[in-house]
Amino acid sequence: MVALNEYLFFGCEGLLLLGGLLSFVLQTKAKLSMVIAFAAASIACLGGLGLGLNVLLAGNNLNLTLPWSLASSAITFTVGPLEAFFITVSALVCFAVSIYSVGYVQSYIGKHNVGVLGLLYCLFIFAIIGLIASGSAVLFLFLWELMSIVSYLLVVYHHRDSQVRQAGFTYVVMTHIGTMFIVLAFLLMYVYAGSFSFAGYILVGRSMPAAVKNIIFLLVAIGFGTKAGIIPLHVWLPKAHPAAPSNVSAIMSGVMIKTAIFGLIKFIFVILGNGPAWWGILLLVIGSASALLGVLYSLMETDIKRFLAYCSVENMGVILLGMGAAMVLARNGFVALAAVALMASMFHVLNHAIFKGLLFLGAGSVNFATGTRNIEKMGGLLRRMPWTGLFFLVASVSIAALPPFNGFISEWLTFQSLLALGASGGNLFLEVLGPLAGAGLALTSALSAAGFVRAFGIQFLALPRSSGAKNAKEVPISMRIGMGILAALCPLLGVVPFIIIKLLAPVTAVLLGVHTAPVLGNYFRLSIPSGVGQHTALSALLVPSLLGMAGLVAYLVVKYIGKGGSVRYAETWNCGTTLTPRMEYTGTAFAKPLRMIFRQIFLPEREVKTEYTVEPYFKAEMSYEGKIKPVFEDVLYRPVTRLFVVVANKIRVLQSGSIHLYLLYMFATLVLLLIFAR
Amino acid sequence: MIRVLLINFVQAALLVVIAPLVAGIIKKTKARLQMRRGPSFFQPYLDLYKYGQKESVVSEHTSWIFKSAPYIYFAALLVAALLVPVISSVGKLNFSGDIILFIYLLALGRFFLALAGLDAGSAFGGMASSREMAIAAVAEPAALLPLFTLAIATGTTNLTAIVFKNAMSGLVLLKPAYLLSFIALFIVTIAETGRIPVDNPDTHLELTMMHEGMLLEYSGKPLAVLTMGADLKQLLLFTLIANLFFPWGIAIGFGVGQIVVGLVAYLLKVCAIGIIIACIESLFAKMRLFKVPDLLLGSFFLGLLGLIAKFIF
Repeated sequence: MVALNEYLFFGCEGLLLLGGLLSFVLQTKAKLSMVIAFAAASIACLGGLGLGLNVLLAGNNLNLTLPWSLASSAITFTVGPLEAFFITVSALVCFAVSIYSVGYVQSYIGKHNVGVLGLLYCLFIFAIIGLIASGSAVLFLFLWELMSIVSYLLVVYHHRDSQVRQAGFTYVVMTHIGTMFIVLAFLLMYVYAGSFSFAGYILVGRSMPAAVKNIIFLLVAIGFGTKAGIIPLHVWLPKAHPAAPSNVSAIMSGVMIKTAIFGLIKFIFVILGNGPAWWGILLLVIGSASALLGVLYSLMETDIKRFLAYCSVENMGVILLGMGAAMVLARNGFVALAAVALMASMFHVLNHAIFKGLLFLGAGSVNFATGTRNIEKMGGLLRRMPWTGLFFLVASVSIAALPPFNGFISEWLTFQSLLALGASGGNLFLEVLGPLAGAGLALTSALSAAGFVRAFGIQFLALPRSSGAKNAKEVPISMRIGMGILAALCPLLGVVPFIIIKLLAPVTAVLLGVHTAPVLGNYFRLSIPSGVGQHTALSALLVPSLLGMAGLVAYLVVKYIGKGGSVRYAETWNCGTTLTPRMEYTGTAFAKPLRMIFRQIFLPEREVKTEYTVEPYFKAEMSYEGKIKPVFEDVLYRPVTRLFVVVANKIRVLQSGSIHLYLLYMFATLVLLLIFAR
Repeated sequence: MIRVLLINFVQAALLVVIAPLVAGIIKKTKARLQMRRGPSFFQPYLDLYKYGQKESVVSEHTSWIFKSAPYIYFAALLVAALLVPVISSVGKLNFSGDIILFIYLLALGRFFLALAGLDAGSAFGGMASSREMAIAAVAEPAALLPLFTLAIATGTTNLTAIVFKNAMSGLVLLKPAYLLSFIALFIVTIAETGRIPVDNPDTHLELTMMHEGMLLEYSGKPLAVLTMGADLKQLLLFTLIANLFFPWGIAIGFGVGQIVVGLVAYLLKVCAIGIIIACIESLFAKMRLFKVPDLLLGSFFLGLLGLIAKFIF
């Protein structure tokens, strides 16, 4: 069976390379090149899925050393349960996205170079799956850089738009700042391990001096936190994700930022073997902050993809909540509960990959059909695009953590682990922090429900607000299939979450050494054996059945009792005037109460200009402009960039343009080097 | 097991049956406080009957969301009704769900109702949906924090188990943690049931309304379902408060005597809460919309104090 893993791994990675190169070579035949790239990618992803599931279910790890070396370190790939889980998640989402892309990229034929897109797309997935499997730090970094650069090129794919170029610049700068911290952490580990292989890191990780461990923890938290889009390192995310083509945004938001979570889990639990309680508390605090601020900023966006990008910031926060709780619980000796918390976190990784991938695909479909990303120009799309609408609704309900969908299960587990933190302490701070973080999570998910009522309601319901929306047509079948696969998974995992719990059991067993299943249960109910969950159980299967029955009973009772019930269709009541789309509530108006309630955070500004024909009675024109203050950009980033520019200007003095001066510099350097490095 | 299931379904049925009555009691009490005779206690039932006889006018701009929302709303509340202990709190083997599921089922109903409010394209519905979601967002942490305190105090998030433990330990309300949590949850209940000073349940066409605004486009039978749902939601929250903090008389077994006592005690408790709510509605004016978050913030801090008190005392 080990050979099977190797075949699957080589098949997957090889096919991605091959498909990408073929697509590039055949770029003059756009349609063929597109089909080859995405067909290769989807088959390759099936291979990746097979590899992940084989490792998780059969327990055969993959250990592979190639006969070459990279920067004098052997090229090794290892896939244990943790890696297998993240490969499964990535391959699953990329599979659906690849099928979707066949239809989506058709709109690019003739306008953009599809061959290059195919090459970059395949390389992107190649890098993601490769870096998860990589067994040495050098290889990891190499693939991490490949992923960053390829995704940068994908972000600037629409490079004729100056905003896109600017977004790409922000992205590439931020991602390299993050990489710098990761490189520092790797080098620091090298000092102790003497090699760059992760196996060597694991050997020394637990016995390093506490101070060094703390420094490494902070370095990886910042490094991977940048990629994950954790506040305040999130500034690139709401710019870069919307700029990329939608299928790429789906992979960036659904999969790429999860590699940062993978890196964090690998470093904290596998290599460093957990640490003092403040590590977990730090993650809890920044997790809560990211979740809350992410969702709040998302509510102020009218560009659907920017909205979804901020929403990713929020969900990364939720994932960190589970992880932080797991770290604190494990530290305090509650290993079984820590496993529950870690499961909550990783379950949310999977869920977020599925529904955020789906939402970006849905946004891509809407963009494909209407030609706009501005929700204020949409409306009435559910009647015009019933399938896209249904899939978007499924994803919205899931991400708002409503039962009986998958988002609720992972959020329920997160709540339980935060409560367990409250019940387990003996330390007043932790006891209050746990439930308080739980209340923060409740606020977050209620706000995200408001956000998705707004996103779905304004886009898909009522009257169309523009001709683009009015003439929208349902998207091609391959796009619907791609979305349908992800949409089917949302209720499935919400009804039988035990499938995933079972897949995750080997992962928590490896990471925390818990061999009894931390979440007991079967396909009918989940229960948590210890902590607050003594009698706590959730019957994920019963809830939807009862909901269905209750709905049916209500429907039948109402249908057959009472002699009324005939339906007449008429105009919406509008105080006696005819309803026009301009009278509808807009997305900006919908978010107004929240903008008022949280005004201390948003610091909103508005400007209303009125021009009169006869003052003050007859108004000729009115314009309204509202915006919120981008606090992080203004307070944190602008001073830093300003300082940078000032310093650069000072240094410019050296650059006079005179060749004689440059020769002098060279000479001086040479002399200095000869003196110091004899 | 069969008996446990049976009692769950009987309790849910009881909640559905008496929900309009509790709404009627509140209306009557308010009328008496305003020196009016007021409608009969049973007027809400007559109203539901009346809606059932009428045709329903549906806006031509709506989608299937508008038609299915009432049933999703009602179904979510009905399943929530199965989670709440009413007249009996029987042991561990109860229906598998907990306070988190309870709160999120309410959120599920609200989600679809808010979508339905947007569906017809009228500005009234949009305004109501927007406000409902905003207020609910602030109310949700304020509702969950006191419930978390209780969950930690009793060691479980299962509602039935919490009530059972509280019923065994006597006068729980005297503990500071419980008292603070009770006040916090009571304020949230006022907001969640759409009562003065947060929302006005008696008007249809004021710009202040929230819940009624989302219902504006509904008529006939779907309106009956939604009205019934709103009454049920109100009773569910009253029941939650009554049995979590005043578990007096609640049956802890299957004896006929116990269940009769439980039933009588329960009816007395929810009537008392209804009358108190009616008094509050008569004493206060409706608040400005943007003052409501301050009220809920206050309730959140009471809940937080309750949580801290749980660990200190």
